[in-house]
This record gives sequence, structure tokens and C-alpha cells, in this order.
Amino acid sequence: MALLSVKDLTVKFAMREQSVTALDGISFDLAKGERLGIVGESGAGKSITGFSLMKLISKPGFIDRGQIQFDGRDIAKMDEPALRDIRGNHMAMIFQDPMVTLNPVLTIGEQMVETLRAHRKLSLEEAEQIAIVKLREVYIPSPEERLRQYPHELSGGMRQRIIIAIALLLEPKLIIADEPTTALDVTIQADIMDLMLELCQTNKVSLILITHDLGVVNQMTERTLVMYAGRIIESGRTREIINDPQHPYTQGLINALPQQTLPGQPLKQIPGSMPSLTNIPTGCAFHPRCAYATSRCKTEIPRTLRFGAVEVACHEVERLKAGQGKAGTGQPAANGNASANGDTSAYDEASTYDEASANGSGS
Amino acid sequence: MFAYLVKRAFQAIAVMFVISVVSFAIQDNLGDPLRELVGQSVSEEVREQLREELGLNDSFITQYLRFAWKALHGDLGTSYFFKEPALTVIFKKLPATLELVFGATVIIIGLSVPLGVYTAIKPNGLFSRIVMGLSIVGISVPVFLTAIAMIYLFSVELQWLPSFGRGDVVPIFGHWDTNFLTVDGWQHILLPSIALASIMLPLFVRLIRAEMMETLQSEYVKYATAKGVRPMRIYFVHALKNTLLPVITVGGVQIGTMVAYTILTETVFQWPGMGFMFLEAVNRVDTPLIVAYLIVVGFIFVVTNTIVDLIYGLVNPTINIARMGA
Repeated sequence: MALLSVKDLTVKFAMREQSVTALDGISFDLAKGERLGIVGESGAGKSITGFSLMKLISKPGFIDRGQIQFDGRDIAKMDEPALRDIRGNHMAMIFQDPMVTLNPVLTIGEQMVETLRAHRKLSLEEAEQIAIVKLREVYIPSPEERLRQYPHELSGGMRQRIIIAIALLLEPKLIIADEPTTALDVTIQADIMDLMLELCQTNKVSLILITHDLGVVNQMTERTLVMYAGRIIESGRTREIINDPQHPYTQGLINALPQQTLPGQPLKQIPGSMPSLTNIPTGCAFHPRCAYATSRCKTEIPRTLRFGAVEVACHEVERLKAGQGKAGTGQPAANGNASANGDTSAYDEASTYDEASANGSGS
Repeated sequence: MFAYLVKRAFQAIAVMFVISVVSFAIQDNLGDPLRELVGQSVSEEVREQLREELGLNDSFITQYLRFAWKALHGDLGTSYFFKEPALTVIFKKLPATLELVFGATVIIIGLSVPLGVYTAIKPNGLFSRIVMGLSIVGISVPVFLTAIAMIYLFSVELQWLPSFGRGDVVPIFGHWDTNFLTVDGWQHILLPSIALASIMLPLFVRLIRAEMMETLQSEYVKYATAKGVRPMRIYFVHALKNTLLPVITVGGVQIGTMVAYTILTETVFQWPGMGFMFLEAVNRVDTPLIVAYLIVVGFIFVVTNTIVDLIYGLVNPTINIARMGA
């Protein structure tokens, strides 16, 4: 059974006149011990996805509909005391910028001990002992001394290690890391990622890694979701997504990587920029930036199609595949009488996919 | 630590120098001292002779240096009215004022923290709206009006509390008589303290509320929530400690300001402190006493601000006093 099963999660922000949709019906599963990457440009809804899994969206944001089944319980329906029991305990979060995540006026020890004592009945000494053990696990030198120090006395990399140690304190089942190395030096980024990978594997913790760095996703995760304007537009095994991206947006992301360009050549960036939430284009939200867009893309929201282990939400994906000579066949998943007797009907059949096969892709 | 203290001491000396020059310049321009000393029946020649003897014909700088030299030896001149050294007069009045400021400070700290925190946590609640509304009234209405209104209500109409004076006081040491050891003393200090607090309390409620609301938006508060920490601990440990840092700085300045505000409160309540004394001194053109008051109040400002900076360093771990100024 999946550890985490998100179904049709929709998050809105209540604005003065109408509400703005930040997440539009996203669904995905996460197995125990599995590592999942969520990628996309800024504003795609990656962070909001991470925060809403903990029901930590700050006002005026709210979960409009959908389920977040975690360990057999629906987080979307939980009240604050129940959420408090989950947060930091069964599900931990690593924030983006370690320079502002730790409270500047509390010692490292206080911030670690309070986390333990929020969930377990422990004496101060017992809690400090656990904290020291966890600090050792993240390779913090002389952990006893660190407990008495304040955040400003430590470097950014050191602080992020401490935040990872805090995430591990209560041996959670899932860790959500929201761009955990974006604010760090490049030299330290790799160290932190290696550490997280090692700790997730040894402790068999599930990981959701939110990032815009496809290289990191490739190194760290088994499966990947690509998000655009609050929707998942492509998902599947990380290796396949990196090596054989289907959606024009994912292809654009991968082509934009510096490794894909010869030295001296300009980077192949995707033209245009992510639309703002108040002004999401009709139809496929990516169509204004897409080289393959047709008139249909402008009016009709593409359904998610399944190709083997990969799911793509694009009207033109079959044409693209055909163009590449790969002869992919869109299989409208979990649909018995799917008779692909024409382009239009194939897509129509596929539309039933969303409800039926969301689970099938997870594990 | 030592280096920091030396640095602060030099700053304090510089400030005191400026205050003394300004005070002395005022003295020079507040009428003719001879008129206060000898009256009108003395001839112009005798006046001129006295002027020469008293050194009033010397240059401003010479006069100032003489004044400063005496001041450094604890002599700020002799009050024309009391016929006593001005400092002695002030020190007799100082305890009454300090007790009044202390009473008001206790009220301000005791109420502003809970009210500020509550209104920040529940900004749209009915109680918060009432508090915020009242705080606007409190800031807008001048102290003397608040004081008179309270006298009318509690002393005249309800006859619960006395309207003037300090009541029964108990000497502790030297000139220091305290209000806090008798019931009568408590009754007398209550209304003046509330009146004095009436301006600063709303200011602090609003300040704490604004800082607290900002702190509650911070990443570390969100992170604490993500760790499953209880709301009460988030409010009072994570948020309040950060909230109080800027509040302490403002508070230090305001304690000095409050000493100055006592002029109004003490006058309305006939409180025998130095604010009341200062107003009388102005009426009597008792120049040495006016100058001495200005210098003493300036000194209190400098001392409280220095202490507050030291406390700030203790509360804020990112400031290391031991290494500061090095």
C-alpha cells in the first residue's frame, strides 16, 4: 500500500474578488521508502504542493478539495491537534533557506529538544542524548558543543545539516525537502544531497524532493513529477523522464541544461515565462510557450495519457512521438473498451484515465 | 565587555557635553540674573560692579567653562527660591518622580505584553478590535485630560481614590520616601501612574502587536509549526522573544521620555516630584534650578539608554557584548 496517496488535490488562494487556483487537481502516490522529485520553474506550484501535504499553507490559501491519504488517514480533513501529531513526527520538512529557518534567539539544543518533547515524553537529558546521536549522523563535529550554540554561530551548510538532523529526530516515514540546497554554496550542495540520499536509504525514509535542478533529481530520486502552472504535466520513472522526456515543457527543461549546450553556444532556454496564477492561459497552460501548440491546445485542457510507465498531459504527444519515429502508442489506461479508432476518440477515452488509474502508477 | 563599556562611556560624555552647552545657553538667555538677585532698587553702577564680580561680563566660553568645572564638582548653582544647591533640591524631589515612573512602567509592561500578543494572534477578534480602538483613544487624549477625567470619576464622583499628593510615605534611606509600603501610599500613586501610563501603554500595545504579527510571518515560526511545536510555545518562546528585541530599544528611549512627561502628570495630581518642581521653577524664573533639571533629566536619559543597550545585548545572542567595541 502506498504511504502517501494524493488524489485530486486542489489548493486555492482567496483573493478579494475571486479565488485563485494554485494547485489544480493533482494526484500522485508515494510508496514507503520511495524517493520522488517534483520539478518545475518557480511558480509551478512545487512548494505549495510540499506545504499542503502538511496542511501548512498560510492564509489566504486553503485546500479546496481532494484527499491526502497519509498512512491511512486523510490529512486534508485533519484539525490542528491531529496535524500537530503528524508534523515533525511522522512527516518532517526541510525548508529552503537554513539562514532563516532556525530561530535566531534559541540555541540549537533548545530547537532540537523542543521537537522531541513535542511528541515524546522525554527528560531534557534524554532528549539531548537523542539530539547528539542525530547530530553525529549528519556528521556535525563535536555535537555536544553545538547544542549550546546559536544559529548565527554556524555556517549555512552546518545549519542545513542540523535541520536534516531535526527532520530525522523522530524517525519520520516521510521527509519533504523544499529546495534544500538552493540557498547554499555550490560546493556544499553536493555534500548535503549525498547526505540526504544516504540517510534516506539507511533509514528507509520516503523523500519528496522539491527542486528545479534536474541533475539533482536524476541523482536523488526514483520517480519524478514535472509541474507547470499548478498541474502535473508529466510523471514517471526519473531515468525515463530525463532520457526520454515526452512533454514539450519537460523537453524544454532538459534542453535548457548547460550540459546540453556546446561551450560558447547560448543556452537553449524555453521562451517566455511561467504565467502568474491570476492569469493562467486557457486550455493547456503551456501553449503560449510551446512550439507544437495547435488551436486545440488553446481551448482544451489536455488529459493525462499513459505511455508505459510515463504519464503525460499533452494533446500533441502522439504526434511528437510519431515525429521522433518512436511509434509510441498512447494507452488510455484502465479502459477496457479503448478502441483507438481515431485521434479524437483516443483522447476522449483517455479522459477517463484520471480517476481510474491514478493509483496504478504509484508503486 | 570592558571595551564596550568604555565606548559607551565616551558616547555618554559627548551627549552630556551637548546637553550642558544647550542648558547653559538657555540660562544665559533667560532674563537678567541680577534682577532676580537684587531687585529694582539697586543703582546701575552697583549692578555693573556686581556683574563684574559675578563674572557675567566674561565671554560665553569662559562662563561656560566655569559652569562646567563647577558642575563636574557637583555644583549646578543655587536655587534662587529655595536658597539651597539646585542639585539638593532636585534630589529631594527625585524619589517621588522615580516611583511614579516605576509605577507607570509596571503597568505598561504588565499590560502591553499580553495585550500586544493577544491582538497579534487574533487580529480580527472582538476583544482585539476593542483594545485597538481604545489604544487610539489613549494615544490621542493628552495626559492632563486623562488625569482630570480620572480625578473627576474616581475622586470626585466615586470617591474611591485621593486626587492629589503622595499620602503616607515611609522613609527608606536619605531623602527617599516610598509610596509602596502603605495602603494610603498605594492609593495615592495609583491614579497618577495610570495617567502617566496612558500615553505609553497604547503605544507599546501597538508596537508589540505590529512586531509580533511580523514575527509570526517569519520562516522560523512556520518551521516551528512544521515541527509540531505547540502554539503557546510558538507564540511565547519563538515569536515573543524576537518581538521584544526592537521593543526593548524603543522602551529605553520611552523611559526617559516618561520622566519628562511627569511634568504634566505631577502638576495635575500635585505630585511633589521634580516635574512639578520644574514647572514651579519656570514660573519663578529660578534659572539655576531649570538648568539643573535639564541636566539631571539628560543624565537619566543617557543612563537608561546605556542600560537598555546592555540588556539588548544580553537578550539578543547575535550581539556579543564581551567582544563588542574591540
